[in-house]
Amino acid sequence: MQKQVNLKLTKRQLLWKEMKKNKHNYVLMAPYVILFLTFTIIPVFMSLGISFTYFNLLESPRFIGLDNYTKLLLEDDVFIIALKNTLILAVVTGPVSYLLAFVFAWLINELKPKLRAFMTLIFYAPSISGNAFLIWLLIFSGDVHGYANAILMNLGFIDNPILWLKNPDYMLFVIILVQLWLSLGVSFLAFIAGLQSVDKTLYEAGAIDGIRNRWQELWFITLPSMKPQLLFGAVMQITTSLAIAEVSMQLVGFPSIQYAGHTIVTHLIDYGSTRFDLGYASAIATLLFLIMMTTNIVVRSILRKVGE
Amino acid sequence: MNSIIENIKNRKYRKKKRINRSKAGDITLFAILLLFGAFSAFPLIMTASNAFKPLDELFLFPPRLLPRNITFDNFRDLSELMSNSWIPFTRYFFNTILITVLGTFGHVLIASMAAYPLAKYKFPGRTLIFTLVVYSLMFAPQVTATPNYIIISRLGLIDNPAAIILPAIASSLGLYLMKQFMEQIPNELIESAKIDGASEYRIFFTIVMPLVKPAWLTLIILLFQRLWITDGGSFIFSEELKPVSYALRQIAQGTIERAGTIAAVSFIMMIVPVTFFIFSQSRIVETFSHSGMK
Repeated sequence: MQKQVNLKLTKRQLLWKEMKKNKHNYVLMAPYVILFLTFTIIPVFMSLGISFTYFNLLESPRFIGLDNYTKLLLEDDVFIIALKNTLILAVVTGPVSYLLAFVFAWLINELKPKLRAFMTLIFYAPSISGNAFLIWLLIFSGDVHGYANAILMNLGFIDNPILWLKNPDYMLFVIILVQLWLSLGVSFLAFIAGLQSVDKTLYEAGAIDGIRNRWQELWFITLPSMKPQLLFGAVMQITTSLAIAEVSMQLVGFPSIQYAGHTIVTHLIDYGSTRFDLGYASAIATLLFLIMMTTNIVVRSILRKVGE
Repeated sequence: MNSIIENIKNRKYRKKKRINRSKAGDITLFAILLLFGAFSAFPLIMTASNAFKPLDELFLFPPRLLPRNITFDNFRDLSELMSNSWIPFTRYFFNTILITVLGTFGHVLIASMAAYPLAKYKFPGRTLIFTLVVYSLMFAPQVTATPNYIIISRLGLIDNPAAIILPAIASSLGLYLMKQFMEQIPNELIESAKIDGASEYRIFFTIVMPLVKPAWLTLIILLFQRLWITDGGSFIFSEELKPVSYALRQIAQGTIERAGTIAAVSFIMMIVPVTFFIFSQSRIVETFSHSGMK
């Protein structure tokens, strides 16, 4: 008994000693950690807490248990539409944008430096050009002057202009296209860099060991060497593809006709900023958070197997 | 002499590198790249060219890729519109610059300070904090929007630029990249400075920080891009504290006669970050090559 207490004490003392020794580390980290906890970590837990209450910002929150969740999952038809749309958008744009980012980075990597820099700019520029994506409003404008309609009519594919942004059948297609156009962002840069840092002598060794074409080279040498960047890129693409909202709101309207462009995040914005039902909005946020974490963990564990 | 040998080696190696390549394959793949490149560039070219088109050409059908008569009318209209508004345009600009400069500078400094211990030392709490940072990369900002509003209003920061700046300083992506980059600094360098009697703080500011300049630039770009387009969200209500992108967006919601002005607005919002990127591209790629997730 006596011994155990002693051991405990020394353990705590050891920890304290260790912490004291690292005082400067804590001092250096303090400003960041305080801000990070205040604006990122605490809000996540607050959101979880608020999701069990009725809260409209004016009165103090009132605990209502799982009501928000049961309403969300069982009674809210619009949420089901939003969930379905989000999953469609994520399942299409997530993997496709990830593959595109990788394939383009890989193709660009074989070019000469000047051309490589130019092509990098061309593919990366959409993601940083602010609201330039509004040009798609002109491209998919519903009259004969919309570029897409004009081209399709000139080629004889259609007789009448298509109401791209008003017809529920086409909205998701337009959002997917624009989202893909925007999607070569941070992960694309990470892939380019990853490809450049692959040890070049590996390719020579590979050629001697019987690797015959660029596809084998890709699978056996390139991909395994840049696993860290692949994981990083996956996290970024998954998060973006599950949080689509801005493009939908700007292009097809908010709320969109028949909610055909509605996503989990636009639903969240609807309840959070328009209706001020913050408890309900937090329940939506919590569900979104769970979906994102699960997807990330699953995809990361799959990606770890690349090249094995 | 040495450099000549080096050259010969390189040439040999360059030949070897092409060993697994076929001409036909090269051409096909390059064609694919060009096709998608055109898809990627077309909307941007249209955005830029519309900004320089006179009104009659904007509505010309079929639309022209490049303007025939280049005009600066759209930009003149924009500045006129801005000067007639209640708040002078320069005020919006000042707000954006204040937010962007303070937010970016604060992030580079504070994230680097936190990244150094995470990259170089083992101490109690290190794993916990880094795990939290990695996981926070995985959630969308919308998840924390509601509580953030409550926290910021409790802190009395509504209608204060700090409401935008402080959360930006705590961005997890920047810290993450900086930490991965700092891990590449040889430990011997830090050890030898310690033997020479330098304090930890001195080591950080005079040895580590100058070595990670490319990473700074990446952080600057990432934060700049984010803050440049901020419209103040739900944190800044007072008109004279609104950033420029809010003002420009208000104009862009105008009617059809404003089509030219809208094009000019889009062009301005686009050209600044893109130019910034062009000048810093190589350094950014350098940083990302050290940034993996293990």
